[in-house]
Amino acid sequence: MDRDMIIELIVGLFMLAGIAALVVLAFRVSNISDHVSTDGYVIKANFDNVGDLKPRAAVKLAGVKIGRVIDVQLDTKAYKAVAKLWISNDAAALPTDTSASIYTAGILGANYVGLIPGFDEAVLKDGDKIEITHPALILENLIGHLLFKTEAK
Amino acid sequence: MRRNIVLELGHRGVHYGISLGRSGIFLWQTVIRWPQPTRSFPLLIQQIYSVGAMSLSIIMLSALFIGAVVALQGFNTLEKFSAEQELGQLLALSVVRELGPVVAALLYAGRSCSALTAEIGLMKATEQLDSLDMMGVDPLHFVVAPRFWAGFISLPMLVLVFDAMAIFGGYLIGVEWLGVDQGSFWNNMQSSVDFHIDVMSGFYKGVVFAIVTTWIAVYQGFAALPTAEGVGRATTRTVVYASLAVLGLDFILTAVMLGGW
Repeated sequence: MDRDMIIELIVGLFMLAGIAALVVLAFRVSNISDHVSTDGYVIKANFDNVGDLKPRAAVKLAGVKIGRVIDVQLDTKAYKAVAKLWISNDAAALPTDTSASIYTAGILGANYVGLIPGFDEAVLKDGDKIEITHPALILENLIGHLLFKTEAK
Repeated sequence: MRRNIVLELGHRGVHYGISLGRSGIFLWQTVIRWPQPTRSFPLLIQQIYSVGAMSLSIIMLSALFIGAVVALQGFNTLEKFSAEQELGQLLALSVVRELGPVVAALLYAGRSCSALTAEIGLMKATEQLDSLDMMGVDPLHFVVAPRFWAGFISLPMLVLVFDAMAIFGGYLIGVEWLGVDQGSFWNNMQSSVDFHIDVMSGFYKGVVFAIVTTWIAVYQGFAALPTAEGVGRATTRTVVYASLAVLGLDFILTAVMLGGW
């Protein structure tokens, strides 16, 4: 092999190293596998208070992640928060009387949406709305309640 | 006396303005000379080899140490809150967003940009550029453009390699040595690092740094005084300006990216 070919080979290997690093960063370090997952559908849920819920938060059923929050907005007429939830088609179909609550992972963890399935025969479809929701527990309110109760006694 | 200071300031201002404008024109003239596939492709390969592939070893070694140090420091702090399983997240975010592009660009400025300036400056001092011109070969096309494009291609690649190696270094220290649980290390990392937001923003930073540092390097070489001293000064200026440009631009880019781009 002459010198030019060796140089070309090394440059080729350099390029390969860069691309390999990109692949490692994509699939090992970051969550791109979330983005390329299968089809799903979007449902809405109105909450009195979403707490610290942010887009990309997990949607879980029985503790298993089945989707993610894609958008949180204010309904300006009802003064409620509207969360749009993306649910993977891989998950089981959800009955229409499914309820949604906002939980916190651990004490300081991020908020996520927990779904509890109901018993209805009909299932939620794309664009449907979850009627039964429970707002996020706000720690300050809880403490306030507690103080108020102990004072009243 | 006071008039002299004012004069001097004005003179310098005009001087810097002129050289900035000149370097802008120079950049434009270089950019439009994208290497033609058949004729100058070997030149480009040659330059990627010396600018990029030869920097691989220093980049990988530095990345390993940077990752190791971030893991060590992070572990010591996180341990106080018994949150050491968040080490993966801390390591990946700080490396991918900031340390990767910035440190890789600084190393690149020190290792490759200085060499580019010295090489082009010496070509000018020994009148090689003039001879090329006389032979009817455009030195911008033949000398400057391949080097510029080689830098443009190489630095983003180096940034990616740096990111991966630094995370590997942090993994070695965090998981293998300090005993952070392997599953939570990778899992926390994956759940908090977004490919489009975090990894790609670091990559774009690398692209911007590549353009600016290589531009500074080739321009300083091309505009160097054709003496031994002039080449030396131009090389110093390249490293100083390129490093400052990287750090300053990093602040601006971070502000833009975090401010909901």
